[in-house]
Order: sequence, then structure tokens, then C-alpha cells
Amino acid sequence: MKVFCVAEYRFDELNPLSVELLNLANQIKGDGTAEAVVIGKDVGKYAEELAKYADKVWKVEDDSLENYTPDLYVDVLLQLAEREKPDLILIGNTAQGGEFAPYLAAKMNAPIATDVVAVDVSDGIKVSRYLMQGKLMVDLKLKSTPAVLTIRQGVFKEGQEVGGEIVDAGIKPGKESRRKFITFVEPEVGEVDITQADIIVSVGRGIEDASNIELAEELAELLGGVVAGSRPVIDSGWLPKDRQVGISGKVVKPKLYLALGISGAFQHIMGMKDSELIIAINKDPEAPIFGVAHYGAVADLFDVVPELIEKLKEIKG
Amino acid sequence: MKIIVLAKHAPDPESEISVASDGKSISQSGLVYDINDWDRYAVEEAIRIKEEKGGEVVVVGVGTNCDDTLRKCLAMGADRAIKIPVDTSFDAYQTAEVIKEAIKDEQFDMIFAGLMSQDLNNAQVGVLLAAMLDLPVATAVAELKVEDGKVIARRELEGGYLEEVELSTPCVLTIQSGINEPRYVSIMGIKRAKSKEMKEVSVSPSVSTLEIEKMYLPPVKKAEMIEGDPSQIAEKIIKILKERGLV
Ligand SMILES: Cc1cc2nc3c(=O)[nH]c(=O)nc-3n(C[C@H](O)[C@H](O)[C@H](O)COP(=O)(O)OP(=O)(O)OC[C@H]3O[C@@H](n4cnc5c(N)ncnc54)[C@H](O)[C@@H]3O)c2cc1C
Ligand SMILES: Nc1ncnc2c1ncn2[C@@H]1O[C@H](COP(=O)(O)O)[C@@H](O)[C@H]1O
Repeated sequence: MKVFCVAEYRFDELNPLSVELLNLANQIKGDGTAEAVVIGKDVGKYAEELAKYADKVWKVEDDSLENYTPDLYVDVLLQLAEREKPDLILIGNTAQGGEFAPYLAAKMNAPIATDVVAVDVSDGIKVSRYLMQGKLMVDLKLKSTPAVLTIRQGVFKEGQEVGGEIVDAGIKPGKESRRKFITFVEPEVGEVDITQADIIVSVGRGIEDASNIELAEELAELLGGVVAGSRPVIDSGWLPKDRQVGISGKVVKPKLYLALGISGAFQHIMGMKDSELIIAINKDPEAPIFGVAHYGAVADLFDVVPELIEKLKEIKG
Repeated sequence: MKIIVLAKHAPDPESEISVASDGKSISQSGLVYDINDWDRYAVEEAIRIKEEKGGEVVVVGVGTNCDDTLRKCLAMGADRAIKIPVDTSFDAYQTAEVIKEAIKDEQFDMIFAGLMSQDLNNAQVGVLLAAMLDLPVATAVAELKVEDGKVIARRELEGGYLEEVELSTPCVLTIQSGINEPRYVSIMGIKRAKSKEMKEVSVSPSVSTLEIEKMYLPPVKKAEMIEGDPSQIAEKIIKILKERGLV
């Protein structure tokens, strides 16, 4: 099987997920090839890194490709796919890959599965992915090839070096992009830097209301920590944006991460899974957060937190 | 300014989830349906733009049971609704295909979809529709400015970064949660919504690209569980923290 892997980079760095795509491609290629595609203005250094893990690296270079746009990425990938006829195109399930992958698939009339965590090619192309924010799983068969898959980050970390060649694809965009890149906007810095905290009391939608944040504040203060939250808490305006833990917020590795009323969606877990000690309190015994926590309690946070506060006050005298 | 908004009547992932006896679908018992969370933000954003610049907001729902969600959008302030009474379930191509067909006579400046549906988590329908209509697209829009003939959108990237891009209209945008604060539906809104148009357009999908082999509850590696009443749980947590020198 000929497997294409579309690389991604930002701020001068190759996204490690690009290598993970190649690891997966090498696993499933059989007597075929794992081929990386890297698109941009001057992508030599990324191509060299990718070539360690790929049988071949296609460079697609043009001034107009300096910044990613879905229009031009799809345009050059269509040209390359038409000529080289891959069976499978792997793309990172990121803000960038997740955007152009369905567009590319539709233009190729190809089946697509997104946020894939397992691939089996022994009998057609079968994939596994989560539904319902991690609470359910499905195995899907894609009915035809070529097919497009976007792959979840962090799943295919293991792989071997292959050592392939770098080839100029000789492809240029055939049109102008209807979308123009203007600029990157940096995250705002607030007064508390949660990435520096040793102890984080983190609240999720289970906290129910802005007025209950106080409870978490009190507990955090007694523990000498800070309060952070999951995305819905930030979206609702109960905590400032810089307190968000997760893929679109901050990655934290405190000594203690106390998760209160957080379900444990993948996008959240990516921001806290490497914490030294994770304790989760959640009403739902099936909550995925218990899959990353070291200790868990199935309980109502509004019962347990006041008890914790009281007992800590006793200790502190 | 005319904006079409896609709104899905979707099961809440926090409701009780189990697999149906066929082993290939979600059991309906225990599921609580509401407007897909991301679509609430999309509808709100469209209504705000209409309130500022005038125009029309048309909501589109696919599903035999999507009336409640469409009504809710009308009560929020959308002008009219198009219901496509067909259950496309899994295959995002099917959903995009029937929407494309149902809106083919509508002139519009923008189509808004949610970034993803809360049940399927595909993040596909909006982008597939853009590709089928050959329109420019931006996903995960977290801030939006609409000008004449173009929009400036800030897309959410990883790590709290945003990417500012400019698109010509017509275009398709998928909206990320948190872009605004969706309004609550007022009694007045519900009353007014009763007289608004809800048109049914029957279209059937023709494509089929996927087959479900199996659905199952994912194995969860379990943390060490702390048992007891709230006071005992608190006590054990403090013991763990003490052992680690954290209190
Ligand atoms: C592109 C993208 C980026 C994202 N980025 C992030 C990110 O950076 N960070 C992030 O967190 N999410 C992110 N998300 C959202 C993520 O998918 C989830 O929607 C989110 O993490 C869910 O937050 P939650 O666990 O607080 O809420 P829910 O999933 O609603 O869970 C609430 C939990 O609280 C429990 N609960 C309720 N009441 C109580 C109580 N009284 N006591 C105890 N437990 C209770 C419930 O059992 C439930 O498990 C992103 C999503 C997308 C698509
Ligand atoms: N059945 C549906 N009815 C209306 N809109 C839908 C439907 N399914 C998906 N959408 C839209 O497409 C977005 C992405 O859905 P998905 O591709 O399923 O993750 C949703 O947020 C909706 O805006």
C-alpha cells in the first residue's frame, strides 16, 4: 500500500505528529511505501527530518505556499495525488490538518475518517475512533480507496528509522487562494501562570455555576495552589482564558492536579496527563478522567470539597 | 447579509450511553437530545451579525426529530428554518449532500456550522459542504469581523494561539465554542417563533462511504478508587497528600 503522510510545522518546528503519521504508515504499508509530503516556501530542513522515517519525501515548494491556506494545500495535494496515486492519505488531526482534510477528501471523492486512533488494513481499510467525547468507540470500514484519515496525536509514537530520499515534486499551485493569511496572535498573559503552579485545583462543567468557583478558590488557597479549569468553564466566562488546561489552552505538569467535575475529554487530558499526581472526583463512574487519574472517587464534588476544606482548616489550625 | 446556519439536534454526551442490541448503534434509551453545543454559538454569532447589519438568518437541520432544536434557534432570533427529515447518522457526506441539495435555491453570504457535533465528533460536515459548493472555508473560528465582501476570522490553533485570516464571501465558517455568549431563549422569543416559517425539504442521500462494523464502550484503565462517604473520601485524599508532602 502506498501511504502519503502530510507533514505540518509551525514557528520553525516540525510537529511531532508528522513523524507519528510516518510511524503508522510504516506499520501498515506492507510491501508498499510510506511517503511524506511537505508543503511550503522553504521546507528543506523539515524534509531532512522527515526523510529519516519515510521511504520518500515529496517537497512541494512555492513562494505562495509560505503560509498554510486550505485552498492551496488542497490544490497541490490534488495534483500530487492524481499523479502518484496513493492508496491512503494520513493527515494530523490538528487545527490545520482537521481543516483541509475533509476538503481534500471531498475533492477526491474519497471516504474520510477523522480523529482516528487505530488502523487495520488486513481486509480493506478499517479504523477505530471515539464518539461522544470519549465515552463510546466505533470501528468503521471505509468503502473505497484512496481514503483520507486524520490521526490523533500521541497514539503512534513508536517507530523505526527508514532513511528515504527527498524529491522535488515539481508541483506549483494552479490558482490563487481565496483565503489570505494575515498574522498569528499570541495567547494573552494573565496574572497567574498555571504552568508554574505546583498544585492545581481544576474545575469542569460539574462546578455548575460561576458562584461555585469560590469553593475551588478556597480549597486552592488552603493547598497553596491555583484554580484552573476545563474549556466549558472558560467558555462560560467563569474563569479567564489563561486558566484553561488542554490542547487549546495550557499544558501543565503540577505535583498535584485535582480534577473536580471534569469528564476527561481527550482535548483536556492532553493538557494534564503528565501531572505527577492526579486525583479526580466525578459523579460518573464511567468518566474517562478515571483513565488518567492515579486516584479517583465517584462522588459529588459539592459533598467532598467542603469536607476537604474543613479538614484542611483543622490541620492548619 | 444572509447567513445559513446548520444546527444539529444531538444527544448530549453526558446522558446515559449504551450500545444498542445490534452492536452497531447507540441505544436511544437514556439519551437526552438538545441543540449541539457548538451550533448554539454559531446561531448566536449569526443573529448578532444580523442585528448589527440587517439581513436574514436561516437555520437548517437534518434529522427526523430535529424540530425542537430548530424551534429553539427560531426563538433565539433566527428568521426561518429548513428541516430535512432524513436520518443520515454517521456518514458526514450524506449530511453535507442533503444540506447542499436543500439550500440550492438560497442565495447566501455565509454558511455557519459548528466546529463539530457533540455526538459524532467528526468535524466534517461544514468543510465537506464548503468543498461541494467550492467555497473558501475557515474552521474553529473564535473571533469574527464581517466587512463588505470579506470577513476577517481568527481561527483557534493549539496552545492558545490564534491565526488571523481573511476570506472572500460567500464562504463557509465553522464556529468554535466560546466565540460569544449565547443568549437564553425568552418567553417572547418562543411566542414569536411560533409564527415563523419551518419548511420541510425532503431529500435523500445517494452516497455511502462508510460502514459501521462495531460500536462498544472503550476500555477505561481505572484509577485506584477511593471509597467511602464524603468525609472518608476527604480524609483519604488528605492522607495521600500528606504522604507526598503536599500538605
Ligand atoms: C478543537 C477543540 C479544542 C478543545 N480544547 C480544549 C481544551 O483546551 N481544554 C478542555 O478542557 N477542553 C477542550 N475542548 C473541549 C473538550 O472536548 C470537552 O468538551 C471538555 O473538556 C469537557 O469539559 P468538562 O469535562 O468540564 O465538561 P463535561 O464533559 O460536560 O463533563 C462534566 C463532568 O462533571 C461531572 N459532574 C457533574 N456534576 C458533578 C458533581 N456535582 N460532582 C462531581 N462531578 C460532577 C459529570 O459526571 C461529567 O463527567 C476542546 C474541544 C475541541 C473540539
Ligand atoms: N444532522 C445535522 N443537522 C444539521 N447540522 C448538522 C448535522 N450534522 C452536522 N451538522 C453541522 O455540522 C457540524 C459538524 O458536525 P460533524 O461533522 O458531525 O462533527 C455541526 O456542528 C453542525 O453545524
